[in-house]
Amino acid sequence: MNSADVVVQNLSRKFGETQALSDVSLEVQHGELFGLVGPDGAGKSTLFRILTTLIVPDAGSATVLGLDVVRDLWKIRSIIGYMPGRFSLYGDLTVRENLSFFASVFGTTIEKGYDLIAPIYKQIEEFSERRAQDLSGGMKQKLALSCALVHRPQILFLDEPTTGVDAVSRREFWDQLGKLKASGLTILVSTPYMDEAMRCDRVALMQNGQILHIDRPGDVGRHYPLPLARVIGAKRYQMLLALRDAPHAHSVYPFGAELHFTDDRAGYAPDKVSAELREFLLGHGFDDATVEPIQAGIEDNFMELMATQARAS
Amino acid sequence: MTAPAVFARDLTRRFGDFTAVDHISFEVATGEVFGFLGANGAGKTTAMKMLIGLLAPTEGEARVADLDIVTQTEQVRCRIGYMSQRFSLYEDLTVKENISLYGGIYGLSDSTIAERSRNMMESLGLKDELVGKLPLGWKQKLAFSVALLHEPAVVFLDEPTGGVDPITRRQFWELIYAAAARGTTVFVTTHYMDEAEYCDRISIMVAGKIATMGSPGDLKKKWNVSTIDELFVRLARPT
Repeated sequence: MNSADVVVQNLSRKFGETQALSDVSLEVQHGELFGLVGPDGAGKSTLFRILTTLIVPDAGSATVLGLDVVRDLWKIRSIIGYMPGRFSLYGDLTVRENLSFFASVFGTTIEKGYDLIAPIYKQIEEFSERRAQDLSGGMKQKLALSCALVHRPQILFLDEPTTGVDAVSRREFWDQLGKLKASGLTILVSTPYMDEAMRCDRVALMQNGQILHIDRPGDVGRHYPLPLARVIGAKRYQMLLALRDAPHAHSVYPFGAELHFTDDRAGYAPDKVSAELREFLLGHGFDDATVEPIQAGIEDNFMELMATQARAS
Repeated sequence: MTAPAVFARDLTRRFGDFTAVDHISFEVATGEVFGFLGANGAGKTTAMKMLIGLLAPTEGEARVADLDIVTQTEQVRCRIGYMSQRFSLYEDLTVKENISLYGGIYGLSDSTIAERSRNMMESLGLKDELVGKLPLGWKQKLAFSVALLHEPAVVFLDEPTGGVDPITRRQFWELIYAAAARGTTVFVTTHYMDEAEYCDRISIMVAGKIATMGSPGDLKKKWNVSTIDELFVRLARPT
């Protein structure tokens, strides 16, 4: 018997001709903050909807807290909290009415769950008589999280809770998740923002219905298969185009103010790669360019895995 | 001396007692990539709506492509491109049909439309299929290209890369760079703070005002921060 809070084995699901999930397997341990990271269409929401018993898989199996997602759906529904990707509250009910409704559906009251939701709910409590549709994006998100928590679930599923929310509110939201995790709650959360992956214990990188890789976020970059260098210089766009024609260029991507250059020679000394690039850029008139070897980050790795997947299909 | 591509002086918009945009002033030069940042509710969308002629200012003035946004609204609309965060093409029309529709709206001749749609589909590597069947990233790249179809002086992009994978996001920015290199001015909003660093200059709006403005490099030095994300958090939530 597997003791993990979530066990997913070879799950597949099609919608018409679209293979939304393809042979996905993962485990989430008790108390873990586990992230599903990937763009729209990666399969994150389909996986959530199967785990929350809203749809059934075509193949494979999954358990949540030891219960089967197809057979034991009613038992699962009463002990999980779920925040869907789309705004799921009643716009014409007030903040308090929404919360009270979700509590009553689960046979409880706001008061009984208050200590758990308080750190989040207190931030919107002064608007408790306002209709949910009149809240700002950040406040809607806080109300939705409160509604998903009010019945004291044993595990929380959050589907893209921070999409379309500004960088500051995103940060605050993740601070709250960190506190919930510290209280022992198991949390599955999906996001299209690579930087948020760093706040998770482990992440699954997803694309086109498949899991590309599962790892601790800090370790994802260690598996990068090729030497990587960072290039900084004033004429960024011209340099980007020039570097694509450099000998041994595997990929060149803009990264904020920098460019990341991947060399196609596995195992070649990173210092030598940088020295050769410096030479190359000097020869092309980019005399202010600085080049240095770096360790790959999660986004470097995601893009390399995506490209590998694309070549394989 | 050429006029700036976008010019705003004391641009202001009130809704009842609430001042959504509060006397903002800035200039964007021709061919510049200008990042317009701010928290949700800071006034970005209201400011952008005024610049593209969808909302009248309460006070102040603004010129886009050297045209007054109040007295020359129609001309402004002809000289700008706009891509909203909600996907703006028709899903049940094909790629070519969408291009023809927008080309027609902007009054391009049939031969111009035919030529530009051929070039566009070739450079994007698109076949003439239903737009609804394209992956999100392709839709966004197509929407951007369609916004440039009538060769506008300024293109306004409202969160163009939301939900898009990291490779496509970068390809999108390369399309932006290429447009800017051809002299198109790009005015863009985003929630991805790393993307702010792709811009020539950025402004950060807080509570209706522009809190700071400059090149990402200069701003990082001025505020002594290592990333724009750090600066954004400091300005948007002063402690």
